[in-house]
Amino acid sequence: MILVNTETIPGMQILEVKGLVQGNTIRAKHFGRDIAAGFKNLVGGELKGYTELLTEARREAIERMIAQAQQLEANAIVNVRFTTSAVTQGAAELYAYGTAVVAQ
Amino acid sequence: MPFLTEAIVIVFLLGLGFLVGGFRERAHFKSLDRREAEYDDIGIANLKTVNDPQSVEYAGLVVADCVIATDYFKGFASAFRNILGGEMRSYQTLMERARREAVLRLLERARQMGANELWNLRLETSNIMSGVQQRSPAVAVEVTASATAVKRRT
Repeated sequence: MILVNTETIPGMQILEVKGLVQGNTIRAKHFGRDIAAGFKNLVGGELKGYTELLTEARREAIERMIAQAQQLEANAIVNVRFTTSAVTQGAAELYAYGTAVVAQ
Repeated sequence: MPFLTEAIVIVFLLGLGFLVGGFRERAHFKSLDRREAEYDDIGIANLKTVNDPQSVEYAGLVVADCVIATDYFKGFASAFRNILGGEMRSYQTLMERARREAVLRLLERARQMGANELWNLRLETSNIMSGVQQRSPAVAVEVTASATAVKRRT
């Protein structure tokens, strides 16, 4: 599966557009990570636990999007976009979407 | 007396934020400058179409996240700034650090893939912790960077 966030795949031709595919996941923060983040809030700096959590969740959303594309028998997803939103306090939704295509 | 202890705690936290937070921020900026120089050879553009598509060997998506929090002192200082109005410098450096770090991680991933160009770079920001929720003035932001990494045929 080829993923790009450009409208075309450089060096390849899009033969058929299969339609929109999407994947989302909502993750809550871990309690232990919250304590560490609370401490980091005092001295500033990167909240590594949260970065990892988001990266993990984003991968999950991408995988769900890919699974949809495979069902449509596409071999690539173009124009992939991501959004993040805070659903409730302490939980984040990660959403990935793109257009599934057959490319050669 | 409980008021006095609370005041001492706040002064201690402000001092800790000012000294440790300031030191960490300067160290981070130094490390950003150093690492950015290492990835000088990778070109970045936010154009949607890739130049000269015939010479592309491989194209793939790269994504990177970064979550960064301010220190207690800066959060406190910007609470005052919020009353007076004007530029909030402490949050400006926070955003700059988060963006540069996220783009650097993209560059790292592009290098791992053997790519030498990044196209259609996108930066997206959301705040995951506002001062009101946490009962402390600290703020954390999340930056997500995504781009299409391109490897050219040589």
